[in-house]
Amino acid sequence: MKVKIAIILILAGMLLAGCVGKQPTEINPALQPTTTVQSTKTLETVTLNGAGATFPYPLISKWSSKYYEIMPNIQINYQSVGSGAGIKQISARTVDFGASDAPLTEQEYSNVAGILQIPESLGAVALAYNLPGIQKGVKLSGDVIADIFLGNIKKWNDPKIISLNPGIQFPDKDIIVAHRSDGSGTTFVFTDYLSAVSPDWKSKAGKGKSVNWPVGLGGKGNEGVSGLLSQNPYSIGYIELAYAKLQNISYAYIKNKAGNYIEPTLETTANAAAGSVSALPAGDASWSSVSIVDASGDNSYPIGSFTYLLVYKDQIDESKGKILTEFLWWAVHDGQKYSSELLYVPLPEEVISLNEKTIKLINFNGQPLIQG
Amino acid sequence: MKDRKLSFFLKSKFSGDNIFEGAVGLFAIGVLIIALLLFGELYLESGLSRNAFGFGFLTGSIWDPVSEVFGALPFIFGTLVSSFLALVIAVPFSLGIAIYISELAPGKLRAPLSFIIELLAAIPSVIIGLWGIFILAPFIRDYLAPPLSTYLGFLPLFQGPMYGLSMLTGGVILAIMIIPITSSISKEAIQTVPIYQKEGALALGATGWETIRMSVLPYARSGIFGAVILGFGRAIGETMAVTMVIGNSARISGSLFAPSYTMASVIANEFVEATSKLYISSLLEIGLLLLLVSVIINIIARILVSKLLRVEGGGRA
Repeated sequence: MKVKIAIILILAGMLLAGCVGKQPTEINPALQPTTTVQSTKTLETVTLNGAGATFPYPLISKWSSKYYEIMPNIQINYQSVGSGAGIKQISARTVDFGASDAPLTEQEYSNVAGILQIPESLGAVALAYNLPGIQKGVKLSGDVIADIFLGNIKKWNDPKIISLNPGIQFPDKDIIVAHRSDGSGTTFVFTDYLSAVSPDWKSKAGKGKSVNWPVGLGGKGNEGVSGLLSQNPYSIGYIELAYAKLQNISYAYIKNKAGNYIEPTLETTANAAAGSVSALPAGDASWSSVSIVDASGDNSYPIGSFTYLLVYKDQIDESKGKILTEFLWWAVHDGQKYSSELLYVPLPEEVISLNEKTIKLINFNGQPLIQG
Repeated sequence: MKDRKLSFFLKSKFSGDNIFEGAVGLFAIGVLIIALLLFGELYLESGLSRNAFGFGFLTGSIWDPVSEVFGALPFIFGTLVSSFLALVIAVPFSLGIAIYISELAPGKLRAPLSFIIELLAAIPSVIIGLWGIFILAPFIRDYLAPPLSTYLGFLPLFQGPMYGLSMLTGGVILAIMIIPITSSISKEAIQTVPIYQKEGALALGATGWETIRMSVLPYARSGIFGAVILGFGRAIGETMAVTMVIGNSARISGSLFAPSYTMASVIANEFVEATSKLYISSLLEIGLLLLLVSVIINIIARILVSKLLRVEGGGRA
């Protein structure tokens, strides 16, 4: 009984302490804005909110912390909720910028009036496999990859695979196909590539963030697919290049348009982007048909894509718009130097100058927010 | 003085009791309102898909986001079969656990045993899923599937290649996850069996096993059945762990070794990146179906469990 009373008293005391302790903190936030406004204007903290694709999340996080070092009054919050949710949030103007791994479709583009698409980095998709005794560098061509993912090529020692790889002894084993089960930009890039190189794939499955896979096992996320690969010998699947490199998974060299077998690297992916720059639209136009898969160029890796930041051309808040514009400018210039260490492909010069033009379009009441 | 003040306070409309009643009542009604809003929202938002596909949504077996053809049959099939498989595995275990804890275990063991089994329910499902990917799936592929296909391979259930991620793995994971709920509710049902019921059987010369079989289990029957159905409900709604091990392939196969897909999994997998209106609407219609199935199953289970409690209250066998 005494113990019970003691417990009740202690709890009551804690409650009281909680109440008393709370009061000052409750008052503080109300006071803060006035105090900061009264002090110098430059110290006012501004938060830029972004939401979208998971792929660029590590890069944007890095930018956020690096930019904070330069501009301690600016905080950049990025929620990696997926491209779809990012597009929804920027359409509803609940965030200051969105991010998407795929360009907006024609329909999405017309739904969000005045949107700008700014490629902020590049990603490549590696075709990874688990073949006991065989290292990285198995050579594959687009039609063979499509046939594997369509289920037409079922065994590793299929003549079509052997003919591309003289000198490698392939086992007489079934190919286990692994793909992403969650909707993802990685799937978009990979199926975009397959649709570009195989009419058969285009008509049977097509390109999208989720498609109706003819064969295979679905793993959730890059980690799910790489888990499938590591646990199942004789498997093949696609994962982000950065993930394949970090996990040390073997990947294939892929035949490009020029007929060369290319290892996926940051450089060969950048080559693909540089090769297609002349065909890129203006930042405020529709990018729905933009694709750097199966790019021309002797040394271009064929499965890659831009990843985009989405912002409105007409900003409705002058000071915030200016801060956003300055951050974007920094991200496509100085920000690019953080790409390589995180295994992102830095933007080629040509794309940066295109982005400069796009960022200069951002305005408040017709006044550009950056001179450049 | 003090008394008068108190009685005034009690008589007033705004006595502490009334305020308290109003406040907690509001909370209770709030939950109901949220549930209704949820149902209404799912119904409205799935309108586009219901109009486009009608009843064919339930029978269509193609799920193709690229050409926007949506049929939910593979997911309905995967959900029902994996949950049923989970029951087939979990019910014998749960019953055994319940009987052991309530009838056979030494007194000292009972509390810790129930505690540990209920602790199983507290493990986050993503942890169970990771364990499923890295330990259970390879184990089933290497040690469980080969003998199954050797000795039972004549059944279509155990044919075809086995890669670890499969309907079977999904069913086993779900079984592990529903054992805590089915065993603890079965245990409570068995514990409601009056002592005279057991003593009667023993007095007639029944052995321990016969007492359990003829006198305890029939008495607790509807409670146990309710527990099983609650477990089924839990299995149907379980998302994370099963998504990680079931293989996520929207095809209907007669083999338990083939990958499959569940309703909850497809929502979790595809909702975030779904952008077209029809696509989102179709995913929401799957959500609506899932909600309806869960609600119906839970209502059945509650009725069965409460029937048992009424029987106990009446004090008749």
